Amino acid sequence: MTDREIITLIDTTLVNEFELNMADMAAEASLKDDLGLDSLDRVDMVIVLEKAFGFKMGEEEAIKAIRTLGDIHAFVINKKQLMQ
Amino acid sequence: MQARRVVISGMGSISPFGRGVETLVESLFAMKSAVVNVPALNDIGGLRPRVAALVPYINPKEIPRKHRRSMSPMSVFATLACQEALSRSNPPAEYFTNGRMGIIIGSTVGSPIMTEEFFRGYLATRSTEGMRATTFFQIMNHSCASNVAQTLDINGRILAPSSACSTSCQAIGYGFEMIAFGKQDMMLCGGADEFHPLSPAIFDIMSAASVAYNDAPHLTPRPFDLRRDGVVCSEGSGIVLLESLDSAKMRGAPILAEIVGYATRSDTSNIADPNSDSMEACIRQALEDAGISADRIDYVNAHATGTIQGDIAEAEALNRVFGDNVPVSSLKGHLGHTMAACGALETIASIAMIEKGAVVPTLNLETIDPLCANIRHVRSVERLSVQTLVKNNFALGGVNTSVVIRRYEHD
Repeated sequence: MTDREIITLIDTTLVNEFELNMADMAAEASLKDDLGLDSLDRVDMVIVLEKAFGFKMGEEEAIKAIRTLGDIHAFVINKKQLMQ
Repeated sequence: MQARRVVISGMGSISPFGRGVETLVESLFAMKSAVVNVPALNDIGGLRPRVAALVPYINPKEIPRKHRRSMSPMSVFATLACQEALSRSNPPAEYFTNGRMGIIIGSTVGSPIMTEEFFRGYLATRSTEGMRATTFFQIMNHSCASNVAQTLDINGRILAPSSACSTSCQAIGYGFEMIAFGKQDMMLCGGADEFHPLSPAIFDIMSAASVAYNDAPHLTPRPFDLRRDGVVCSEGSGIVLLESLDSAKMRGAPILAEIVGYATRSDTSNIADPNSDSMEACIRQALEDAGISADRIDYVNAHATGTIQGDIAEAEALNRVFGDNVPVSSLKGHLGHTMAACGALETIASIAMIEKGAVVPTLNLETIDPLCANIRHVRSVERLSVQTLVKNNFALGGVNTSVVIRRYEHD
């Protein structure tokens, strides 16, 4: 998977799960303030992304530091690279 | 302490006939049946009933995702019914947040649909991985009450009675008492349930579900009829907005009727079998609470679900209290058994009967069972000026409930 494909899959997954607008899926978008995702949504976000990518990420320490959509992109891309 | 008078100032309905109180009332007076054959029940091993009354499709997306994410269908039903009740009554914004408006909405169980979904994954993998954070909020037994409170931002008391068929009748009764004793000024009271095969299965294993009319669903259930063969399960939500009379008058709210008496009693004779003595005691206690004698009752809206034992026991109890001259009907023939919603939906319909000056007969009552012939059955739409009525609900588990409702006479 290319980085672009990973980003597209993340964005599409989150748009579908949380009924977001694709136009709002900018890397700098804050999950809380711009996309309106609260702590409950963050739990479900991890679950749908784990399902989409087929690996666990919920127990990673780095996930707690995620604030923006770009943070998620970077986290997943990094995780994919480590697994290869 | 002087108890305050309590009135109904709003009503909301999501029923197998569709959305809205108007749809419910029109369908009942038109003698429609909402019961249909449900093919999805065909492939469930051991389950004999194939009929139910289901709420027509509602797009839940009219509720914002933030609130909808923790809702199963029953909470969607309850929320929409509450919105209708409030829209008709239109209380000022400050009532919602000053702690004086509360919610009492119950269901038979937490969402059976979501419970099944969770356990399907859990039992297959013996793992909780993949369980969503919002699952619990749909499975918990106070899901409807909490979801309504969150969605409508109501900050007063919150309670979720769970007593199956008596749930929403109890909700109305407890709301009545809380307002009468000055603890709240306004309360959204009622119940909701969503259909799941678990409901007919419970009645089926006790031989109390209707199975003889799977190919003619509109002919069942048949309360008080000689050829009745049991309950037909359905779904929906009924909500009434209770309010102190003083509050309603002060803000010029519509006053649809007055709650004047309530009783609920545990029937310890048997956890499953209906008992006419216990029913009678409950009805008499509600009348006593209202401070009126039985001869002041113009109409009884019976629980009568169409089971062999239950209908006979209720008819016996009604005969002992009211004799054979007070008009009685059941709405289960039209609606099936909406479970936790039935008390409130039937209360709404009964109030509509007061307004219309006419009572709805029991659908599918063709040949009165001789053992139920000791009361005065309503056989066709009857012109009747109802001043005061009794609404009964009796639940498995031995929970009996009666509410006394009176026409409100404006000053």
